[in-house]
Amino acid sequence: MAEAHPVGFQWVMEAKRRGAKVFHVDPRFTRTSAMADQHLALRVGTDIAFLGGLVHYVLERDRYFHDYVVNYTNAPFIVGEQFRDTEDLEGLFSGFDASAGGYKTESWQYEGTEASPSAGRRDQWQKSGQPQEGETSSHGRERASSGPERAGSGGPVYPGSPESDPTLTHPRCVFQVLKRHFARYTPEMVAQVCGISEEAFTEVAEALVTNSGPERTSAFAYSVGWTQHTVGVQYIRTASILQLLLGNIGRPGGGILALRGHASIQGSTDIPTLFNLLPGYIPMPQAHTNEDLQSFAEADGATKGYWGNMRSYLVSLLKAWWGDNATADNDYCFDYLPRLTGDHGTYQTVVDQIEGLVKGYFVIGQNPAVGSSNARQQRLGLANLEWLVVRDFNMIETATFWKDGPEIESGELATEDIGTEVFFLPAAAHTEKEGTFTNTQRMLQWHRKAVEPQGDQRSDLWFYYHLGRRIREKLTGRRPERTAEQRERDRSVLELTWDYPTEGPMAEPSPDAVLREINGTGPDGESLSGYTQLADDGSTRCGCWIYCGVYADGVNQADRRKPGNEQSWVAPEWGWAWPMNRRILYNRASADPDGRPWSERKAYVWWDTEQEQWTGHDVPDFDKKKAPDYEPDPAATGPEAIKGAEPFIMQSDGRGWLYVPAGLVDGPLPAHYEPQESPVSNPVYPNQQRNPARQIFARPENRYQPSGAERGSEVFPYLFTTFRLTEHHTAGGMSRWLSHLSELAPAMFVEVSPELAAERGLRHLDWATLVTARTAIEARVLVTERMQPLRLDGRTLHQIGIPWHWGPNGMTTGDAANELLGVALDPNVHIMETKASTCDIRPGRRPRGVELAPFVAEYRRRAGITELTGTEHADDPSLTGRDERERGNENER
Amino acid sequence: MREWLRWPVLRQLSGSDFLGRGRAARSPSADEPARIENADSVVRSVCPYCAVGCGQRVFVRDGEVTQIEGDPDSPVSRGRLCPKGSASRQLVTSPSRQTKVRYRRPHGTEWEDLDLDTAVDMIADRVLATRDETWEQTDEQGSLLRRAMGIASLGGATLDNEENYLMKKLYTALGAIQVENQARI
Amino acid sequence: MSADGDNRLSGPLADPAVEAGYPPEHPERVGFFTDTSVCIGCKACEVACKEWNLLPEDGLELSGMSYDNTQDLGATTWRHVAFVEQRIDTTTRETVDIGMPDMTRPGDSSTAAVDPTEDAATQIRWLMSSDVCKHCTHAACLDVCPTGALIRTEYGTVMVQDDVCNGCGYCVPACPYGVIDTRPDTGGASKCTMCQDRLGAGETPACAAACPTESIQYGPLDELRDRAAQRVDELHEQGVTEARLYGHEPTDGVGGDGAFFLLLDEPEVYGLPPDPVVTTRDLPSMWKHAAGAALTAAVTIAACFVGGKR
Repeated sequence: MAEAHPVGFQWVMEAKRRGAKVFHVDPRFTRTSAMADQHLALRVGTDIAFLGGLVHYVLERDRYFHDYVVNYTNAPFIVGEQFRDTEDLEGLFSGFDASAGGYKTESWQYEGTEASPSAGRRDQWQKSGQPQEGETSSHGRERASSGPERAGSGGPVYPGSPESDPTLTHPRCVFQVLKRHFARYTPEMVAQVCGISEEAFTEVAEALVTNSGPERTSAFAYSVGWTQHTVGVQYIRTASILQLLLGNIGRPGGGILALRGHASIQGSTDIPTLFNLLPGYIPMPQAHTNEDLQSFAEADGATKGYWGNMRSYLVSLLKAWWGDNATADNDYCFDYLPRLTGDHGTYQTVVDQIEGLVKGYFVIGQNPAVGSSNARQQRLGLANLEWLVVRDFNMIETATFWKDGPEIESGELATEDIGTEVFFLPAAAHTEKEGTFTNTQRMLQWHRKAVEPQGDQRSDLWFYYHLGRRIREKLTGRRPERTAEQRERDRSVLELTWDYPTEGPMAEPSPDAVLREINGTGPDGESLSGYTQLADDGSTRCGCWIYCGVYADGVNQADRRKPGNEQSWVAPEWGWAWPMNRRILYNRASADPDGRPWSERKAYVWWDTEQEQWTGHDVPDFDKKKAPDYEPDPAATGPEAIKGAEPFIMQSDGRGWLYVPAGLVDGPLPAHYEPQESPVSNPVYPNQQRNPARQIFARPENRYQPSGAERGSEVFPYLFTTFRLTEHHTAGGMSRWLSHLSELAPAMFVEVSPELAAERGLRHLDWATLVTARTAIEARVLVTERMQPLRLDGRTLHQIGIPWHWGPNGMTTGDAANELLGVALDPNVHIMETKASTCDIRPGRRPRGVELAPFVAEYRRRAGITELTGTEHADDPSLTGRDERERGNENER
Repeated sequence: MREWLRWPVLRQLSGSDFLGRGRAARSPSADEPARIENADSVVRSVCPYCAVGCGQRVFVRDGEVTQIEGDPDSPVSRGRLCPKGSASRQLVTSPSRQTKVRYRRPHGTEWEDLDLDTAVDMIADRVLATRDETWEQTDEQGSLLRRAMGIASLGGATLDNEENYLMKKLYTALGAIQVENQARI
Repeated sequence: MSADGDNRLSGPLADPAVEAGYPPEHPERVGFFTDTSVCIGCKACEVACKEWNLLPEDGLELSGMSYDNTQDLGATTWRHVAFVEQRIDTTTRETVDIGMPDMTRPGDSSTAAVDPTEDAATQIRWLMSSDVCKHCTHAACLDVCPTGALIRTEYGTVMVQDDVCNGCGYCVPACPYGVIDTRPDTGGASKCTMCQDRLGAGETPACAAACPTESIQYGPLDELRDRAAQRVDELHEQGVTEARLYGHEPTDGVGGDGAFFLLLDEPEVYGLPPDPVVTTRDLPSMWKHAAGAALTAAVTIAACFVGGKR
């Protein structure tokens, strides 16, 4: 946190000053470790074992927050009889289909309910009673059981009421299931898996439980490296389970805090430039026969919680986009929404570029030629496009790959052979435009324009507005020559509301007008003040329901700048946090079931018995007038069905989920699996080396390495993890071109321990070459005691730290760490594993030019790598039909 | 005569700074105002790097950014910035920033100049052509797809919400679904 | 004027600004207190300084000195964050030599490979400290400056006036800390001004304003000294017995620093001189001796003449 978010870290230092204890759990000793009371250097990729050990510690010693757990979590709910745990099935949960590489999840449900993952999949689910086999297509297997689309804003839905046992003693209640599941995550197991001492582990565990309860709270802060694993979602799940057991969610000083890495990465998730979502975490519709608005939204309408109003959110969105053209008669243009048929994430897209299916590509303020896993694969995709638009400040590697990329140097590609037409458009900076960023705590802040951009520099708002305007003009002009079919296809574009006012000589569209559209308007055209005003009858328009209220009272609430020292510690009048300016989500949980603060010390929101409403330091995340003793009518749906003592209002049962009966594809509970590539055999579940449901791409340019005890894994004996430095930013587009940052971290390097240096003959500041099945890179060697070998089961394991900021362009240059990484994804969210893999390291510079490919091929040969390596039990339809002959050709690439 | 009286050595001998190490040796340059004082405007902004969202004050003179520093009013950052945030002035004023559209024709070996207006027009044409070429109205079972699989997009986490909104809105209307950003990377 | 003429060049001095001719109602003497125990090594100070003072980049060299690629203060680097990797014995709080990486092959040295499991009482410690011009009470750089380019300001700080400096470089060897240097691009001497222009505008120096963790604290020197003493007590109570102040004593060789530090190890570990002395300290006595010698010589010569007449 001190490394990547130094200014955020001031609050940790503030807490430390007041006596807080800071533990830093990280494979590397970083600037954060330097400030922590204790640093635990665990083996990369073993956080579930570590966190699972903490869960075990809490359960084993009855140190959980009893009243919170019984009332606010699903601990008392009874799981159906069909469910089998990893304890029963040697590391698998019930429902695993080895041939499909995934789970059928119906056996995970509660007794007495039928859970369904989410609206996007729900109709398919209900018709068949169980998930259908996914179809195999060029876009991967469609996972009938997946549906984590709402991960950012609430869980999946299920109708009915589960059986419940408030005594937590029923053998199949979630609490008991949890106890059994985590029974093997003992301190000894943690030590064995993670490579830390039992004493160090126990010290953390004891500090954590002691500092949790009515009087105290503990927080987990993670930078998003936690998500970058084949089990990334389950990392977060384990932390959630732990924090729910300790009562650390929805309370001040608690929580699981994701420290995200871009100015508006939260905003670009809320208003998603993501394939699977519409604004406000409404899932993109899937392709199914006869699907219409009604079937898309109705199941949600029949469930509890605020997702019950999903139809209102969606209809208001459709009205915002297609205006008067969206009517009840045409389903509010629901059919104008394109349909998904599986994974259309960025790594699938790159495969489709290489396969010639994707022809045109916009890259906007991102640098995949350096920043995405298996960077060479990215460039092979870029080189196979018809056209590419890059919008950035500087000549980043993604824009120049055709001229001076690594493949040109290696002779694999020749500039003249690359047919990609490239448009580089210079972008305006944050000082040259106005608009909102949403920070990592969900707060929107409006930044004002200071100066005009120069030359051809334009805002992205300008680019997309004028691109859309031109496209519409062209379609209108070409209308006479378009076929009937084409004219039908053009309607979604031509009927789009696209009339933003522009100003100035550059005809800059008004971001203010866009923000007003996002906020939404009522029948009178006035700005709405909150999402509870949204209607499903077409009378309201709203571009993103969770942002409704950002323009309440016709005022840009995100532009509020009342000085922090002139308001309360919650600072509600600085910017605006979604939803409804709430600064802590689910803050009803900061009060006990009767609505009283759990303790005076941790009072946050509470029920005011005199005023008969919720009040407190923050905007209550609860129906303001709903009394703690409110009991809903059994037939009630939506928000009305949430009890007065159920704080998790986005969940369909109002409770925090220790156990996930639906919505995840790789298990209802977290389990430790080794990373896709690991030198260690899974000590927790010896029969399950990797996440059996992980998503992989077995392709010639993306070969995997043997893992654990598999033959050939010794060829890549060292663990590595990628990391960020304070001095640089992501793939370097905003740092490697600046002298004041480049001079602070002026060369690509890797961190190794003195022991590893001795073992491999690496010399401080000399060059080293790192090799994986994908390729080899070079870096300067930084030998440091901060990297320490792990002792695991009598064996010494070395870990290498590799910063990922460098690339060939800019003031400071170097090979990109992402060249080394293969693409292996978390199956829920399609995020790649960058934080744990294996490699070899040797002294000296890497082979250059044509010598590089044979060098790497020799490594693959020695490790016996084929297209099947590392693909067991995984979801990889492209494997079917492959024959032995192809396998033999592997090393030729 | 007056000029003569301003000679440092005379000031040194006649004043309290006998050794000439302070007041007597002082040049008017020591009293030059800070450039934040003569800024034409101070604009409230937000740091463009990570997601902490530190407040920034942008100082402008003659249409140029002359200084960027932390906004002490921000309850998030209390006026502080990390090295990247502190380098924001260099980020936005760097001479390495491109100001002109650059164009590489298919199989071309060098960048070429291209008018911005022409570039946007060409891109619009490419989008429409690829859209028609890769359009999928329905799948084999007749399910509605209504999409163009030939167009993809990457990026958004460094942009404003309003920009992401227009991107998603336009792409969705065009039927481009392969829209992604850094959140998955 | 000071009461004691000897104080002009060394020893305690209550108010260097008055000494430099500013009227008694001049602003309070200000300074930096850099508390290295909370420094996270982010280098915001380095960048904020360069951005405000428009200093150029001065080298893209990987130093190998932990994360310190700045290496030294210089004419175009007015803040420098040092990084020191150590192993410390948690019971005695003594540092254990780990053989900092050098140009010899790590692993060859017997001290390099301390087995952490063998001695659980030791742990890695990573010290970070942002160095800066000390703004000495007795500043040799300004004492030797022949042009009056280096001056004491009304805030008691020391700064170079670019328009006066002729680049003679006398100040460079005079500094006991090796802070000041001449710029290759302009030829003039250059160092931290404590953001003289910002002080005039009532603003905090750029480095202190940016510092995320308040490691760099700016303010009236007396206040900072009190605060520093309290902080040392606090750390001692917490068991950080190695915490100590550096450069705070008005009785030290430079009459106390305007920029002083809380360190967690000996000053040498951070690259700071253990006992800096103003290089012009002996100037007055040298002058006296020189004057005496000259007088003796004159008398002798005169005597010769007198004697000659005899």
